[in-house]
Amino acid sequence: MKLTTLLASAAVALGLAGGAYADGHEKTKVGFVFVGPIGDGGWTYEHNKGRLAVEEALGDAVETVYVENVAEGPDSERVMTQMALDGADLIFTTSFGYMDPTINIAAKFPDVKFEHATGYKRADNVSTYSARFYEGRAIQGHIAGKMTKSNIIGYIASYPIPEVIRGINAAYIHAAKVNPDVEFKIIWAYTWFDPAKEADAARALIEQGADVVLQHTDSTAPQAAAQEAGNVVTFGQASDMGQYAPFPRVSSIIDDWAPYYIARTKAVIDGTWESTDTWDGIGPGMVGIGEISDAVPADVKEEALAMKAAIADGSYHPFTGPLKKQDGSDWLADGEVADDGTLAGMNFYVEGLTGEIPQ
Amino acid sequence: MDLSVINPILLIAALMSAATPILLAATGELVVERAGVLNLGVEGMMILGAICGFAIAVETGSPLTGFLAAAVGGAMLSLLFALLTQVALANQVASGLALTLFGLGLSALLGQGYVGIKPPRMPDINFGFLSDIPVVGPILFSHDPVLYFGLLLVAAVWVTLKFTRVGLILRAVGENHDAAHALGYKVVRIRTLAIMFGGACAGMGGAYISLIRVPQWTEGMTAGVGWIALALVVFASWKPWRVLLGAYLFGGITQLQLNLQGAGVAIPVEYLAMSPYIITIVVLVILSADKSAAPGSLGRTFHASH
Repeated sequence: MKLTTLLASAAVALGLAGGAYADGHEKTKVGFVFVGPIGDGGWTYEHNKGRLAVEEALGDAVETVYVENVAEGPDSERVMTQMALDGADLIFTTSFGYMDPTINIAAKFPDVKFEHATGYKRADNVSTYSARFYEGRAIQGHIAGKMTKSNIIGYIASYPIPEVIRGINAAYIHAAKVNPDVEFKIIWAYTWFDPAKEADAARALIEQGADVVLQHTDSTAPQAAAQEAGNVVTFGQASDMGQYAPFPRVSSIIDDWAPYYIARTKAVIDGTWESTDTWDGIGPGMVGIGEISDAVPADVKEEALAMKAAIADGSYHPFTGPLKKQDGSDWLADGEVADDGTLAGMNFYVEGLTGEIPQ
Repeated sequence: MDLSVINPILLIAALMSAATPILLAATGELVVERAGVLNLGVEGMMILGAICGFAIAVETGSPLTGFLAAAVGGAMLSLLFALLTQVALANQVASGLALTLFGLGLSALLGQGYVGIKPPRMPDINFGFLSDIPVVGPILFSHDPVLYFGLLLVAAVWVTLKFTRVGLILRAVGENHDAAHALGYKVVRIRTLAIMFGGACAGMGGAYISLIRVPQWTEGMTAGVGWIALALVVFASWKPWRVLLGAYLFGGITQLQLNLQGAGVAIPVEYLAMSPYIITIVVLVILSADKSAAPGSLGRTFHASH
């Protein structure tokens, strides 16, 4: 532990050395705290794309800094503190595990604005923002349910937090809807980014008969493992992962943070920034669905696109009753739609999923 | 719960592959530490090896050339460490940490053009009919050459350290560098060679991840394996066979816990997830009850004038 701590603090020192030359304060300085490397090809890659879009859109008015590979938990507080001390006006903390550290540091720097991704704790100078990834998961579940021949779908989950559980539920509901025999095998990797472990998890699932693998981790390693296996379907996660198209990757969920980052940075420049809670989905464009490849039968593709359109215009909600919880108790009545509060704190499986959620 | 979905043969084959990067890196670090040098840069050398091996394998189309390049890349980076610690007499801990940071950054830079490329596949060794033997065949005779190389390396390091003059000199340098110096051994030269050996091994371990285990290039893809290898050397009391045991235990339980999760075993996932670390540590700590101590000069700076 000591070593990683040392390493992390050294990384911080190194990563911020460049930021230390802050010239006066005429530029608005925007900081980003990343959980993985910007070249992960998934989650952090897309956040960094958003950062670059801010630079491009606002040009000389802004300066951005970032630190990658910041461990979740208390260590990240040092990174945020350093950013704030270096004169950042707005700091995006882009992983769930930065939630409490963000709140703590925000209390110490009331003049700095903070934006925490995928969390639920806010303050006067802390906004939260997230995307309704579960909308994309519903479409994935539909395709997965149609494509599986072994009726076993593997799911590489990261941490047991509401966002991940929501994704599992949304995918399962829609897979089971088109294929009642479908079974989900879930492996909790307890990491966002560890290519070797993600590949191992994918292989374990494939060896146990899964011919569709969904992932909620950030690297493209499961895609490579599926490609090697030859007959396994995957979906890009957080980024298009188009280098694995048209097969094994048949579609993807793409996070598009750029418009939000630009809008929020502008708000800081204009002095109109307020603490808000943003949760956008396919409709506003925060969640994109990557091109559905030709490996998917035409009729399935059409259904998937129809579902995407229905979700986008609000006529369909992926969590629409009748739905029961895993223990058989009623959750949503026929036609009832889940409210955002329940979704945001989701800590239960829906009926049909096996296994327990780690607590 | 349905344990029958876990195929023990595939599991054992998978654990051998999963353990190889740790095994290679830890064996190299073991030699370095037996020579009295603490190189904390294993992670950096591994990731540099991962990209060097990947890039050269992609460019030449030969995975074997890739592995050689990985060894060279790792050794070159370790040479920097040797320069800092053996010639400039810098602090080994700080230099090692710097090496890791440098390796991570340099590999990300070198790897810019290699994201999303599929490397050439390293074929498994063809053992002919041996591979068809039930049970034993898939476990022992269906792997890539580097995996066997890792096992041979452990044996070779063990033999060298225990039975040869070279091993004796290396250990002498590690136990008491002043005495070794007084006897006329070139402490700095021997240590530099050991450091380069460690770098080469770590580089190959990294390339095993990027070329065989994943196989692809992603920034930071070693994700802490180097630190596990470092810890393993200590828990294995600087003994090669225990390093092998530790690496296989760690790799094995990691694979097993993933498989158990997939099979829906009713053990809480948190316990499964921590099991590789705990079991490996417990087993190796029990084994190290024979009070084998660290090399006497481990981490100490040497200069002939002192």
